[in-house]
Amino acid sequence: MDSYDTRGSTPRHSASSRLKDYFIGATPLQKRLESVRKQTSFIPTPPRRKIPQCSRLQEDNDPQKVAFLLHKQWTLYSLTPLYKFSYTNLKEYSRLLSAFIAAEKQKGLAVEVGEDFNIKVTFSTLLGMKGTQRDSEAFLVQILSKSQLPSENREHKVLWTGWFCCIFGDSLLETVSEDFTCVPLFLANGAETNTAIVGTWFQKTFDCYFSPLAINAFNLSWMAAMWTACKMDQYMAATEFLWSVPCSPQSLDISYAIHPEDAKALWDSVHKTPGEVTQEEVDLFMDCLYSHFHRHFKIHLSATRLVRVSTSVASAHTDGKIKCLWNCPDGMEFKKDLEEKRRW
Amino acid sequence: MSVLRPLDKQPGLNTATILLVGTEDALLQQLADSMLKEDCASELKVFSFFSHLARSLPLPSNMNRPRIDLIMFVVNLHSKYSLRNVEESLRHVDATFFLGKVGFLATGAGRESHCSVHRSTVVRLARTYRSPLLFCDPEVDGFRVPVAQRLVRMLQICAGHVPGVSALNLLSLLRSSENPTLEDL
Repeated sequence: MDSYDTRGSTPRHSASSRLKDYFIGATPLQKRLESVRKQTSFIPTPPRRKIPQCSRLQEDNDPQKVAFLLHKQWTLYSLTPLYKFSYTNLKEYSRLLSAFIAAEKQKGLAVEVGEDFNIKVTFSTLLGMKGTQRDSEAFLVQILSKSQLPSENREHKVLWTGWFCCIFGDSLLETVSEDFTCVPLFLANGAETNTAIVGTWFQKTFDCYFSPLAINAFNLSWMAAMWTACKMDQYMAATEFLWSVPCSPQSLDISYAIHPEDAKALWDSVHKTPGEVTQEEVDLFMDCLYSHFHRHFKIHLSATRLVRVSTSVASAHTDGKIKCLWNCPDGMEFKKDLEEKRRW
Repeated sequence: MSVLRPLDKQPGLNTATILLVGTEDALLQQLADSMLKEDCASELKVFSFFSHLARSLPLPSNMNRPRIDLIMFVVNLHSKYSLRNVEESLRHVDATFFLGKVGFLATGAGRESHCSVHRSTVVRLARTYRSPLLFCDPEVDGFRVPVAQRLVRMLQICAGHVPGVSALNLLSLLRSSENPTLEDL
């Protein structure tokens, strides 16, 4: 491959275009190498991020199904692609998973007579929880307890909920082969033991790997800015930040609460281009808060670590816990943010 | 406002001086100690170097200091404050220093979950000032010692103690290993 070009265009561009031709029909591994090479040759942070038009979310959205996602604390995990997962076999999977859970719960326990492990597992797809057409459908797993009372009205109590989704996963999808389903984000609500059991089953059945997703301070400040930017008719909660000061013997926590309308006013004065959020705007927004705090308390908040952000739209903690409070059209973009963050 | 210039003082005999600028005193101290240890272990020619630890520039004018051969700006990726501090200090350095006698050191990249400054911000900063960027986690011995060795070597070259290699030579060597089309950034 000749990298010298007499046409006058820079040698690297012609080489890379020829590389691309060479790689059409390449194996997924080669495609992945190519995309990694592309990524490392440019500065990776997007200095600006578009607020996506979420109109397609609203069409397919089942408001009832989505409503249950709100007001719950979700713990985030990052997930590798699932091997040979099929959306048509969901009933089969629920059966297998309930058997697995029953077996796990009975392991090592003396089974008492009359005790019933009446656990029911349901798998269902969540329509509308995706960013682009190419993304895999989101699906939901729930562990329900079957009512033991022989009554007409059987109310199944939800013990544990978990859902898998893929939002704007374009860069992943092009490097993954046909047999794999890409649902890189997993959110769980419920007992830790159940999360562990479901995780083990998925890992065994689909050869994937779960890892807890931590949200660092950089991403939290982005989320704070984007959630403050959401237009809301009424604000239910103040905008709150929590910083952790690293000092010995035990760390100090600083909490800073702002009236949500003031925060929105500050954001509006900082925000220039509509439909887009840039790194400079986020930095300026946070710097305004820091300098205000410094003026009053003489503490440099920028030297501490942002640990928690809470707005009327949603809240997020650095340990990977989020809570979505408002189902506004812009509110679902935070999932897209999480997807992107996962990849940095 | 006094600006730091590379040739405003006489060089000392067999001495080389490095200036470490950063907000985290303990970190800088650890790095300085490693470098001092490094020197005694490997050098045949005995030369001492002073490492001045400064929170931020400008240095106080009453300080009786030797000629500074190399400035390392230390940015802690966990703290935006250290980045701002470094950006402020960069203004007090003369432009001729950036011909190989300045470097950036980013610490804390290992603990991704604690980072409030994105790695690419420091990369962009180093590219803007055409200076090399090193990453280090000084708390870990295994990472600190190789970086200290590199810094001592860079310092020797910048002080002119290595025959045949100058600071500018070293800079162009370091830069040619990166992607050439990024020079226009």
